[in-house]
Amino acid sequence: MSPTDQSSAGSSPTTAPTPSMSEYRKREQSITLSPLEEQLGEHSEGADGSTQELLTLNFGPHHPATHGVLRLLVTLQGELVRDVKPIIGYVHTGIEKTAEDKSYWKVIPVIERMDYLSYYFNALAFCGAVETLCEVEVPKRAQYLRVIHLELNRIMSHLVWLGTSALDLGAISMFWYCFREREKILDLFEMSSGQRMHTRYFQVGGVIEDIPLGFTEKLRGFLKEMPSRVDQYGALLNRNEIVLHRLRGTCPLDAETLLSLGVTGPLLRAAGNPWDLRKAAPYCSYEDFEFKIPVGTAGDNYDRFAVRLAEMYESVKIVEQALEGLPEGPHITEDRKIALPPRHELATSMEALIHHFKLVTEGLRVPPGEVYYPIESPRGELGCFVRSDGSSKPARVHMRDPSFVNLQATAPMVKGAYIADMIATLAMLDPILGGIDR
Amino acid sequence: MPDATALELIAQELREAEGEGVVADTLFFRNQATLSVEPASIRAVLAHLREKGYRFLASLHGVDYYPQEPRLGVVYELLDMSRVDRIAVKLRVPSDSPEVESVTEDWPTANHQEREVYDMFGVVFRGHPDLRRILMPEDYEGHPQRRDFPIGGEPVIFTRDEAGWLETRE
Repeated sequence: MSPTDQSSAGSSPTTAPTPSMSEYRKREQSITLSPLEEQLGEHSEGADGSTQELLTLNFGPHHPATHGVLRLLVTLQGELVRDVKPIIGYVHTGIEKTAEDKSYWKVIPVIERMDYLSYYFNALAFCGAVETLCEVEVPKRAQYLRVIHLELNRIMSHLVWLGTSALDLGAISMFWYCFREREKILDLFEMSSGQRMHTRYFQVGGVIEDIPLGFTEKLRGFLKEMPSRVDQYGALLNRNEIVLHRLRGTCPLDAETLLSLGVTGPLLRAAGNPWDLRKAAPYCSYEDFEFKIPVGTAGDNYDRFAVRLAEMYESVKIVEQALEGLPEGPHITEDRKIALPPRHELATSMEALIHHFKLVTEGLRVPPGEVYYPIESPRGELGCFVRSDGSSKPARVHMRDPSFVNLQATAPMVKGAYIADMIATLAMLDPILGGIDR
Repeated sequence: MPDATALELIAQELREAEGEGVVADTLFFRNQATLSVEPASIRAVLAHLREKGYRFLASLHGVDYYPQEPRLGVVYELLDMSRVDRIAVKLRVPSDSPEVESVTEDWPTANHQEREVYDMFGVVFRGHPDLRRILMPEDYEGHPQRRDFPIGGEPVIFTRDEAGWLETRE
């Protein structure tokens, strides 16, 4: 871009390059995007006054950039998106219906499979709702263990998002780097629960097992390494001309519109609204930890990217604090009507045996009532609504999945943008189709 | 959450503003406040609560109270972000005329969620701009999330027993 171009762009947010910079840095600093209206002008009408025809295109459901089986019915005018209609339901598996036919503790594995990247969050939303119904108190150690796994899960989810999003923007190597760190988190999950995904680690009343020997050391090693890895991701992408061109200033949406659309999570925070349930209405001992909430200013794709990148540092901080302050004590409630008795008691205590038998065959009985339990998932407010009729099976389980609600913001975001910007926006929206369709 | 007293005050205010029969019941359960309202006045109630600060519709979902009647319920979870305060508004509609007014005009977020409730429970939202099935196929019959809808009600067809399956259908 020549210097004259830069001055004519007018609204350029960049500062004048200082003379001591190298040629490459100067070019980096000079990235500008002319306002979209200027670009639209030459496209809306042909030079001879002829108008263009609108093209309706099926985008997906089997398109790698739709992050699953999302189908978008896109109306195009040339390369400009005039309308988008998301069509969903391709991976609807009826988990909410299945859950009604299972006893409470058997619901946890199926509910974890909704949003398959944030399984600890799904489990916590459900367990939290059932715990509220049962009025059971979760031991402090269990809460801290939950926080450790939740925040690791948040980092893991953001890593998958970052890797696949960068892939959508044409950066293949990011994918490998992100999945390298993700593997380490999955190894930790495997250590504590035996499974890498869908771990079923959270139980009603606590967690299924205490962390094993060696977990702390391995986690410490990971925490020491992770911030420098995030630095590296930032260094790779933050100064990358292509990434900045694709993200900066594209498809912004203001906080007021986002709120009316029900959008929460990093998307809302990118628009400058610091709403985070971990701070606003702390659950699961989040009030014990010190962390910041990254917010954006412009609400464009770049801010959405930057907010999530910054969140990874904060999650590392939370896990560090939880690990340092991990209190001693039981890892699950000692209420025998809720949680299984320890294995060794079965050999000596008849009462323990009866409790064990009742819990395994029938499941726990939950007092009748309805509760809604919201938590902050990597994508926004994840709320679980549970209605109990007093039996050992829930009468209704509903997940207010953030991806499902946030998806409605696609159309207002991308209307009038280029189809390539739609790909970037979709990547920054981070929809998980398993969560959307449930 | 508003405490039990605050909930009663809100209910009283609603009764004064919108008519005596608007709020059928209040419930304060496990620290969560719930207002049960008449289906006909849902928009007025939500608009009133919006004025009071509950400006964010966090969730909208359906419940089936089978075999009770009126059977189908719709729950609106409202949130006041500045006071960090939640209140749930519930309504019940009978299964023979499950109709309720749509709130998409005031809360665009309700669009997908109302479609889901329609798809899963068959509650018709009057005034919804695009009330179609959202998760189930468009030609699907029935509303699968209803309590009397069987689980696993669809046969799996393999080529080898396709002929036999067709016979049993006739």
